[in-house]
Amino acid sequence: MPLFWLRVAVGFYGLGLLYALLALVRRHEIISRIIMPVIGVGFVLHFVSLTEHYVNLGHLTPDSIHTSESLLAFLIMVFFTVVYVRYRTTAPGIFVFPLVFLLTFSAAVGLKPPHFSSPMLRSGWIFVHIGLIFTGYAALFFSFAASLLYLLQEHTLKSKHPGGLMSRLPALEVIDQMGYRSLLLGFPFMTFGIVAGSVIAQSEFGAHYFLDPKIVLSLLMYAVYMLLVYTRWNSGWRGRKAAYLSTFAFLAAVLAWAANYVSGVHRFIAP
Amino acid sequence: MNRFLLIGVNHKTAPVEVRERLAIPESRLPEATKRLAGHPGIEEAMIVSTCNRVELVARAQNGTADLRSFIREYFQVEPCTVEQHLYEYRASDAVRHLFRVAASLDSMVVGEPQILGQVKEAYAVARGVGAVNSHLDALVTRAFAVAKRVRSETAIGTSAVSVASVAVELAQKIFGSLEGRTVYLIGAGKMSELAARHLLAHGAGAIFVANRTYDKALEMAERFHGQAVHFDKLYDIADKADIVITSTGAPHTIFRREHAEHFLARRKNRPMFFIDIAVPRDVDPAMNELDGIFVYDIDDLQQVASAHVSDRKKEAARAEDIINSEVERFAARLQTNNVVPTIVSLQEHLENIRQAEVERLRGRFGEITPEQEAAIEVLTRAIINKILHTPITTLKSAARDQGEGPLVDLVRRIFNLQDKAKAAGGGKD
Repeated sequence: MPLFWLRVAVGFYGLGLLYALLALVRRHEIISRIIMPVIGVGFVLHFVSLTEHYVNLGHLTPDSIHTSESLLAFLIMVFFTVVYVRYRTTAPGIFVFPLVFLLTFSAAVGLKPPHFSSPMLRSGWIFVHIGLIFTGYAALFFSFAASLLYLLQEHTLKSKHPGGLMSRLPALEVIDQMGYRSLLLGFPFMTFGIVAGSVIAQSEFGAHYFLDPKIVLSLLMYAVYMLLVYTRWNSGWRGRKAAYLSTFAFLAAVLAWAANYVSGVHRFIAP
Repeated sequence: MNRFLLIGVNHKTAPVEVRERLAIPESRLPEATKRLAGHPGIEEAMIVSTCNRVELVARAQNGTADLRSFIREYFQVEPCTVEQHLYEYRASDAVRHLFRVAASLDSMVVGEPQILGQVKEAYAVARGVGAVNSHLDALVTRAFAVAKRVRSETAIGTSAVSVASVAVELAQKIFGSLEGRTVYLIGAGKMSELAARHLLAHGAGAIFVANRTYDKALEMAERFHGQAVHFDKLYDIADKADIVITSTGAPHTIFRREHAEHFLARRKNRPMFFIDIAVPRDVDPAMNELDGIFVYDIDDLQQVASAHVSDRKKEAARAEDIINSEVERFAARLQTNNVVPTIVSLQEHLENIRQAEVERLRGRFGEITPEQEAAIEVLTRAIINKILHTPITTLKSAARDQGEGPLVDLVRRIFNLQDKAKAAGGGKD
């Protein structure tokens, strides 16, 4: 049943994907009017699916890569909803919906997932680690999306042909605020998530885990994240420079996520 | 009518670089108008010079005059640089163009109200130096009336998106809410002050005012409840401003790339919005390439504004109809004006005959009662009016159709009218 709800949700998110693809070209009255209700229904179904899955599972730690994908997509959607409520804009959806669609689609197609069978996952601490890091990921992705929106809006303003796109995107400073706030909000999550992960790894594997590709990439991502926060806070980096940095951070995050497949300590698949 | 001439450039025919060359600052306008009026072949003249247009309106002494040569001489420009941007109208086309300008149909932002005031000022300047006489006077006052009529009979002015509101809209797209933003107003000018006023009305907080004349800055600062800045400290506080509006008469740019880089460093890269209303420009357009600096000059504002204009196309079409009918009316009136002296002297001529005959009659009849006298008056007047009715209407309609022409001469010769008409009227238009 959870998988069924998820698949329906993916259908709704698919319309979000359509919105994202069309939004850059021109305004579609009908789509922009129904996008929030549609995404809202998808979001609720997604929530139902996750809850049901966890109830069946009996513990909060994801049991497979697909559950992780679904959980991350859900957290990103929580972010999106909060931003929507606060700023009344669906503009981040241009970047958020495709990613959410991709994650949930991958989770929903239901190919036999690599199952996390490691007994380590029974430990409650792992959940704390995952929860924190995922929230950090969602925040990072959001500030990445915001920096792309910033570039778009800056470009339309500078081109002096402010057409429809300009009116559809929020004001430049609002986009900047959105990105900076999610960056700041995500920072403690990311920090404590990595600390929690380190503590668990230290106690389970000892010091040699530091050379694991997943850990190296995660630390790289964390370093870029810190750099992002620092340059923004200290010299107000935004626009192009910030977009380069956050693209870099995002790529590092994607690699760190993908590194699950090559990591020794982070595969959670019992030998 | 045929002797009205108009030559000019506007925001549609010439880029800001060309308009900068031809713009005449307020202080030099009287002298320029006087020189134009004194140009060979020109009888009356007026110059409208705003940041969007330069219009030379003139009435030639006879036939035509070379306004292009005036432009070449006065502005010391190579013909090739401006010729291609000039438009030139004569007779009813010149009248129509002036009507359209005054009615704000030719404006960057169609329907914006400022242009009428600017034409009025140009008219006042021209009157001040004695460059305007009866004919141009009639034309310009008619243009004001037409502008008023367009404003009251169409909706073109009601939804006018002025440059000021375009500036506000852009500022909101950069800063979101304008709450607490700081405006820096450099130089004086109607449009820049209007923009500042709009920004303040939309929540902008503090305002700095700089002017080459510190007293003027003080006076303006007081009006805006802002803070006056000495012109030599112009750059010192600029980084505190989010929105900078410039409209100085400076011949060179006052804000350049290096300034902007400095401001950005001091502002921690928070964006800045430069609204450059000055012609010639005060802000180097290259600054727009810097991250976080947005520079809009008067032409750029127009582009944004023109996006709004399409909504008002219908109203504009109605306004054009009004203009066309007004041009016709004006032409008709001018032409009938020419036969009026002839008609008046014709009436006077017959009235003299009538009075002389009545006197003679009175001498012959001796005492007559007041009733009888009144009856005679009525009778004789009626005869004259009846006789004159057809000739007068014929004269008027002939004037409307083909100008003064041979008919007037014929009437003069038949009745042996003296050449009073020529002396009073001043010939044909």
